[in-house]
Amino acid sequence: MNSYLKIDHVGITFPTDNGPLEVLKSVNLDIEQGEFVSLIGHSGCGKSTVLNIVAGLLQASTGGVILEEKEVDEPGPDRAVIFQNHSLMPWLSVYDNVRLAVDQVFKRSKSKAERDEWTRHNLELVHMSHALDRKPDEISGGMKQRVGIARALAMEPKVLLMDEPFGALDSLTRTHMQDSLMEIQTELNNTVIMITHDVDEAVLLSDRIVMMTNGPSATVGEILEIDLPRPRDRLALAENPQYNHYRAEVVRFLHERHEQPARVDVKPEETVTEEPLQKVKVAAKPESLRLVS
Amino acid sequence: METAVVERKVFDIDWYHRLLALMEGDDLNKRVTQLIHSLIVPIAAIGIFLMLWGAGAKNVETSLGVLPGPAKVWEQTVTLYGEHNAEKDKETAFYERMQAKAEKAREAGKPQAKIDKYLNRKYVGTATFVDQIGTSLLTVMSGFILASLIAIPIGIIVGMSNTLYQAFNPIIQIFKPVSPLAWLPLVTIVVSAVYVSEDPMFEKSFLNSALVVTLCCLWPTIVNTAVGVSGVSKDLINVSRVLKLSWLTKTMKIVLPSSVPMIFTGLRLSLGIGWMVLIAAEMLAQNPGLGKFVWDEFQNGSSNSLARIMVAVLAIGFIGFMLDRGMLMLQKNFSWDKSAVLR
Repeated sequence: MNSYLKIDHVGITFPTDNGPLEVLKSVNLDIEQGEFVSLIGHSGCGKSTVLNIVAGLLQASTGGVILEEKEVDEPGPDRAVIFQNHSLMPWLSVYDNVRLAVDQVFKRSKSKAERDEWTRHNLELVHMSHALDRKPDEISGGMKQRVGIARALAMEPKVLLMDEPFGALDSLTRTHMQDSLMEIQTELNNTVIMITHDVDEAVLLSDRIVMMTNGPSATVGEILEIDLPRPRDRLALAENPQYNHYRAEVVRFLHERHEQPARVDVKPEETVTEEPLQKVKVAAKPESLRLVS
Repeated sequence: METAVVERKVFDIDWYHRLLALMEGDDLNKRVTQLIHSLIVPIAAIGIFLMLWGAGAKNVETSLGVLPGPAKVWEQTVTLYGEHNAEKDKETAFYERMQAKAEKAREAGKPQAKIDKYLNRKYVGTATFVDQIGTSLLTVMSGFILASLIAIPIGIIVGMSNTLYQAFNPIIQIFKPVSPLAWLPLVTIVVSAVYVSEDPMFEKSFLNSALVVTLCCLWPTIVNTAVGVSGVSKDLINVSRVLKLSWLTKTMKIVLPSSVPMIFTGLRLSLGIGWMVLIAAEMLAQNPGLGKFVWDEFQNGSSNSLARIMVAVLAIGFIGFMLDRGMLMLQKNFSWDKSAVLR
């Protein structure tokens, strides 16, 4: 009952031109301190909306979020967000980007020297000490995301919220970043909610994977416990039957719950007779059409 | 792919690119190429322009004689500069004379008031071309700075609030296209009614010109600042919300720096407009400055007038260009967005 972070019957409805649209319906999730939870689901199912509600950037229409027995109703540094596109200030150096957050959060509790120390410490943690004076435009995408992570960690958040943090990176950089994140997680043991599209990433990093049904009215479909020993090594896990089983579970869920398929395979020999009133839109590239006499 | 390559070859055969391609060998040659691009090409273009001007002007007969060519204009430039120096010499001589008179009065034991009269006597000469340039520059900068001080804060406020944007937008849109010449009578009458003082700090004519410049400089800066402010990335705003930045901190640390490139775009447009407006206002109102110089020469109608007006036209163009370059340099130094194309 008294879990660290409780997402309690959260629902959200947005007004649209075609009437109200219920994006989330009765999302329930209990997260323990130090737990790493991934949210996975198809595009547009409302994963980011869940994260934004926890962050306080959006207000739930029904239900609510309770963090350490207190209701969340506005954004705050105790729920740091790492955005997909890093969101660094382009006019500030790497150091100043993190320092801005440090200055704001520890205005009163830390002295100037301590804040400088803390900024450098967090950049050290993500291996960015060599580029303190560079501007975001002068570093690679992976490095930018490292700085984004350092900024979030520097806020000493109760919960770290990551919105597809590595989605915009190439796969090699992404593996590096995942390893770095695991390393940091071993050290700090943060409570994390991460949104991802990547099944491997979810299984590798998470303690639990929350699989969401498709929207509208999306909710939690299944929750999968990932009972793999830490520290995890991606190469060793590739051969691990348990790992592959988890992977398969997630893939199966995503495939089966694919209630609104983006692609329809229409085979000419099949005649669609059942449900004659259902409208189906079929699109085909002209070059893949062939006229046969 | 194949066709694309063939096409390039066909289109690349003009001599200029061939010459450049020949030169592109090593680093030194690359620099030579750059030099050609940045120096020789513009100089050649200016040369061709002067030739065409010289050849064309000869054929235009006016009431004040033949339209002057580049040589005549250059001659007048030198003359105008000479007149300026002569005037300055006269001025120095005048003050030296007054100084001498004061000395003499002191030696003769005249009262202090008498001595001060000599020392405080101001030289009243005619404003030379160079003086007019100085007056115009001072006026445009005053008007522009005043406009910027008003427009940037308004732009920020309008850009941050949708309601205020809706409120201000019609006003801005209506005043933006108003010609400076329409403002001028209003400003002149209002200034002469409101600005009444025994010992005025500024000349009324200076105020009139500067205020007309201000009125025309406001709009581009307001519009661009508002666009810059309202276009701050949503993610950065979310960062400021997560950090719980206060309104002031958010404005100073995120909104303002983020819109600096747009603000500079507005300022550059404003200064360009301000300079054009000023010349027109000076001409119409007979306020001191380059515009008055042009108007006086036009009224004068001597055989040199056309050449002197052309000197003024070129000077106006050159100063406008330098003002724009100055703003560009400021922009390069202050703007974080180095990727923006600065032209």
